[in-house]
Amino acid sequence: MAEIRKYPTKQFDCWNKAKELRMEIYQKLAQKASGEKNWLVVSGGTEGLIGLPAGLGDDYIPFGGEPYGASTGAMGKSEQMMAYCEAKGYARDLCGYCRNYLGSTFGDKFTFGGKYPHPDFYFQLHFCDTHGKWYQPAAEYTGKPYFVIDIGASYRWPKWNESEERKKNKFEYVLAQMHDSIVWMEKITGRKYDDEKLADAVYNEILSTSIWAKCCELNKNIPAPMDEKSMYAFYVIHVLRRHTKEAVEFFNILYDELQDRIAKGIGGAEYERYRMLHNSQPPWYALHIFRYLEKFGVVCIGSQYDFMLSGGWDYYYDKNDVPHIRAAEPPVDLKEKLKTRDGALRALTSWLLDYGLQIKSFRFPMIERRNIDVAIAKDWNCQGVIMHLNRGCEGWAVGQLEMRRALVEAGFPVVTYEGNVADPREFDEARTFARFDAFMESQGLKRLG
Amino acid sequence: MGAIEKFQEIYENRHDYANIWKAKHPGGKTLGCFCTYVPEEIPYAAGVLPVRVLGSHEIEDYTAPHLFGMFCPFCRDVLAQGLQGRYSYLDGICDANCCMHLLQSFEAWGLNVEPRPKVLRVDAPCTTQSPHSSPFLKGELECFKKDVEEWVGKEITQNDLDHAIEIYNENRRLMKKIYELRKGDRPPITGLESMYMVVSSQLMDKEEHNSLLKEVLKELEQRQLDREVGTRLMMVGSENDDVEFIRMVEQKMSLPATIVIDDHCTGSRYFWAEVVPKQDRLEAIASRYIYRTPCPNRDWPERRRFPQVLQLAKQWRAEGALVIQQKFCDPHELDIPSLREYLEKNGVPTYFLELDVTMPAGQFSTRVEAFIESLMEDLV
Repeated sequence: MAEIRKYPTKQFDCWNKAKELRMEIYQKLAQKASGEKNWLVVSGGTEGLIGLPAGLGDDYIPFGGEPYGASTGAMGKSEQMMAYCEAKGYARDLCGYCRNYLGSTFGDKFTFGGKYPHPDFYFQLHFCDTHGKWYQPAAEYTGKPYFVIDIGASYRWPKWNESEERKKNKFEYVLAQMHDSIVWMEKITGRKYDDEKLADAVYNEILSTSIWAKCCELNKNIPAPMDEKSMYAFYVIHVLRRHTKEAVEFFNILYDELQDRIAKGIGGAEYERYRMLHNSQPPWYALHIFRYLEKFGVVCIGSQYDFMLSGGWDYYYDKNDVPHIRAAEPPVDLKEKLKTRDGALRALTSWLLDYGLQIKSFRFPMIERRNIDVAIAKDWNCQGVIMHLNRGCEGWAVGQLEMRRALVEAGFPVVTYEGNVADPREFDEARTFARFDAFMESQGLKRLG
Repeated sequence: MGAIEKFQEIYENRHDYANIWKAKHPGGKTLGCFCTYVPEEIPYAAGVLPVRVLGSHEIEDYTAPHLFGMFCPFCRDVLAQGLQGRYSYLDGICDANCCMHLLQSFEAWGLNVEPRPKVLRVDAPCTTQSPHSSPFLKGELECFKKDVEEWVGKEITQNDLDHAIEIYNENRRLMKKIYELRKGDRPPITGLESMYMVVSSQLMDKEEHNSLLKEVLKELEQRQLDREVGTRLMMVGSENDDVEFIRMVEQKMSLPATIVIDDHCTGSRYFWAEVVPKQDRLEAIASRYIYRTPCPNRDWPERRRFPQVLQLAKQWRAEGALVIQQKFCDPHELDIPSLREYLEKNGVPTYFLELDVTMPAGQFSTRVEAFIESLMEDLV
């Protein structure tokens, strides 16, 4: 029997920096809740427009519902927060993140300790059915204003032969709403909006998401320099604060470190005899599933979810009509485009509509979305796929079973497990591990050591 | 069979109706509509028969390889119909960027159902509250009109659109007239019959449906129902063509009750608003679909549906509201606690029921009866 190759591995040098950048947001939110500092807190979804309120001033702190819901799950607080939500009559099958967020609002409890940092206003980008509705109960409860930008009529996939007329109409629709949102923010805060800060935010957002995508591309390497569990610690920087220069600096540091790891043959895990793609968010309260897989020498190299949560990917067909994804390149004249408010908003609108693959995936969930997983599985040198049938997030669950069919047709074995992104009551660990065991057996993989 | 009973016949034999229509219209196309936001006036103007795609309320396992079980029973039931070949007469299918649940059924249908239909789509705005929603939809309808013209191979003229708008508006006016009659102390038409009426309008050529509605209006002038009205109820929900449920409420409980009004997309939400004529016909159609009573999925950031629901409850003197929801529907689930509170604060008691593909009649009967009892001053 061939010897199983062991790769050198080590903790990331930028690991603590990632943690510091992540926690800084929550520390500031705790200061807001305690009254220590009156940050301008704006709450909403984080896939979209966290850069837009940046023009209101340097005291702006984005408070993202999804990463907060995930952190609540990872920190074992979901059942407490969800109970507050369910006590108000909200259904138990509602989005897991949404229940954590609303529960914390109603219970006035912050996952990171203390009272809840109720925001100054709510600001959302809508493309998932839950998005627009999510902050309605919160805004009613706190009496704070709420604005939503609708990007649900997104560009279609390339094969749908969308006319330029249709695309222009969609572009103008999103752009007009963005302009309106700035007027609205000025009105409700009484502040003058600073277009230079907007330009910086848009510049940083576009660069951050592009560099993160390039970091993910480096995971095509064997061994993959990042395992998926590490990726969760990094991608969250662009989820929480991709509009800041600190995020751009961080992703540049990470990119360099990944190249260095590749040059030295350093892997994200010691053994990598079987590479897998993960589909959907993880069950945040059970991240040890990835450690369990490592016992078989299995590494997860990423997923649509952590690759493209906040944009930055180009989906295209090669000359043989085979679909692929690649990191989107910022426009060469980006700085020039950002000189006016309208220019900055146009640049952001283009970036989201052209390269926001998550948006397209949610609104056009099957006919082409299923190609993305096949493209990643092939181009990132995977042998199989793990699919989290996720009862806690409609958006990432849409189209999952058709994706599974496409992967199987393309020759990738798929193991599914059922769970919920945030609600541990819907996850059966023993059953999940039993399914993994059976899958590994079918692939001829025995536990190492 | 009277005209009123004809609605039920169409509902129960919907596929026969469509096939007969095709036989009568050689070369005519049928378009399966996945949501009431599909602007039917446009395909109708092109001579196409729009047909709402509905489920059959049967237990099924056809969709298991295609749709994860956490998605709503309606979207699974709809896809099951296609996979079983029950809509094989459809030449095309159309969605209007509705909910992600139905979008899955729509695309899975396009991928898996034989014969493969033409896939058309209106990328409608998700919100109806932005000042830009209506102009945007108008632009999208211009593109959709071109898609339909290319599909049927003929131009849709202004006259075609005017004709379609008039037929559809007449249909809406006639159904509203019949709904008005339900305000009376002794409604001449039941909730069940009303639902058959609305759903059959989603399945039939509207011109033919209009003729039927006119006959029904005449019948209703003289009609005296030999049944006790009992407690006047409103039904609020989503896609609720659960006729067995309404039959149970109106016919099979020991305490009499009548559904006198509703807010759901197989009821009033489908037809309440008319197209207000404008010079630009597509602008007029776009305005109608933006300003109609919204589906909760498109009702944000404000909740504009609630006052309309309350107004219906008050005008039709509903003593209580049954709030009914398809399991797993996030937009409804995020409305329901606030909606119930809103209605109750305004004097309309509510009772909540969650629906699946089939209806647990025994359990629901007990629960609804208990709710009705709570509304009654005196049991005798």
